[in-house]
Amino acid sequence: MANQIPLVDYLVLGDRPHLVANECTSCGARFFDRRNACAKCGHTDFTRADIPTTGEVRAFTIVAFAAPGILTPYVAAMIDCGGTSVRGNVINVPADPEHVSLGMKVRLATELVGKDDEGTEAIGFGFEPTEG
Amino acid sequence: MASDDVWVLGINMTKFGKHPDEDLIDLASEAVLGALADGGVTMAEMGVIGAGSLMAANAGIGQQLQKQLGQTGVPVYNVANACATGATALRVAMMAIKAGEADMGLAFGVEKLSGAGLLSGGSRKDDSGSFAPSGRYGAVAPVDGRIGTEIMPGVFAQIGMEYGHRYGGTSFELFARISEKNHAHSTLNPLAAYSKRMTLEEIMGDFMVAYPNTRPMCSANCDGAAAAVIVSGAKLATLSAEQRRRAVKISASVLTTDPWEESCQILPDVNTLTRNAATLAYEQAGIGPDDLDLVELHDCFATAELVHYDNLMLCEQGGAVDFFQSGATWRDGSMPVNVSGGLESKGHPIAATGIANVWEVATHLRGEAGPRQIEGAKVGLTHVIGLGSACGVHILEKSAA
Repeated sequence: MANQIPLVDYLVLGDRPHLVANECTSCGARFFDRRNACAKCGHTDFTRADIPTTGEVRAFTIVAFAAPGILTPYVAAMIDCGGTSVRGNVINVPADPEHVSLGMKVRLATELVGKDDEGTEAIGFGFEPTEG
Repeated sequence: MASDDVWVLGINMTKFGKHPDEDLIDLASEAVLGALADGGVTMAEMGVIGAGSLMAANAGIGQQLQKQLGQTGVPVYNVANACATGATALRVAMMAIKAGEADMGLAFGVEKLSGAGLLSGGSRKDDSGSFAPSGRYGAVAPVDGRIGTEIMPGVFAQIGMEYGHRYGGTSFELFARISEKNHAHSTLNPLAAYSKRMTLEEIMGDFMVAYPNTRPMCSANCDGAAAAVIVSGAKLATLSAEQRRRAVKISASVLTTDPWEESCQILPDVNTLTRNAATLAYEQAGIGPDDLDLVELHDCFATAELVHYDNLMLCEQGGAVDFFQSGATWRDGSMPVNVSGGLESKGHPIAATGIANVWEVATHLRGEAGPRQIEGAKVGLTHVIGLGSACGVHILEKSAA
């Protein structure tokens, strides 16, 4: 099997791919980026928190027009994963309003993004419908 | 007129649209000279200058203007605050007057955006070389389009959709009907970039940018400038009766940023900071939303206009869909919104927008809006949002003189 690397460092690959957030040890606010401090309370200590892999589509758009090189159409969405909001595409479903809806139940899925010159595979993530 | 009030003495906007033969300074000069003439004053009387041009944010646009119109030596504050840049320039000049450092000031915003496409979102080259994590997300390749979207039409589409998820009642057609209203309004505005009425079918059938926003439901990239001369109440009292009669009171001037909310770093929260700004503005002005005769709000996309009905408290919380469907926000409704045509048809030369909307409201309050005049308008509100985020709200009142 080829070497794999996650598209972003908050995606954990392996047998059970999932996202992981930086959680403020003082107020519990969660962030996916590298932090200097907590934007909610200013505290500087964080712990790692696993994010549930299932959720619900709270908002989406179907992008039909994008910068050169970006495949369209694609479904961009905000997913509520057990109370933590996550940005991600809705994948493995036709990108049209008949197949994507507000409140739709989804689960995390990984997909190949590309390979570099050394054959390492970059693995990204999206959310696919849990039914249908 | 209380001496610590601040008033708009003169104000002007250029026609928005394509100005291929004029550069930034030509456009800014037209607006500034127009505002000075409108107020019956000159550059020599300006004690402070707030200047904005987002795409030329490091160009010293204020000093460049001075080089053409008058190097008087007064302080220039070049500001950049995304789509709230114009409102920020106005507020900076206003703060100098409030602080007693000047009794008259100039604010202007100018932008050249004709022909610009998407203003955000990363282009993508072939992924090659060796993957190495970089940036705050440790990304090994560009993420726009792979992990959600960074393009504005898509971001604001989700903002409208999220409102629909929370309260129900939204649809592609509903959002398109908001755009239909603004395009209808624009037919009365000779300064709008686009002033063609569009049917619902034309709007829904147009090129889809990011569902549910089609092209006419997006703000129009164009060229334009706007400028305002503002004055302290004490200084205004010394000016002519005609200047006092046409002066428009700035009853509230507020700038906010987005406070932390659970999902705000996933999808920008344009709601909380707008509600906070509106709350403060109504307090400052001592009025409520029911007292407003017209509103110019930041319809950068049709999906955005809907949520701001709610954020500005023009309707009850969660009631924006019913409020729009009642016809309230058409120019003959109980709360006319974007009678200028809004950003979707008037256009959105970014830094000009936050002063052009003040021009629109001030022109109605002066009774000088011609065929699109909202009869008897006494109080109006302007609103802009710059993602990042910044929100500017101004409340304007007709002179009692």
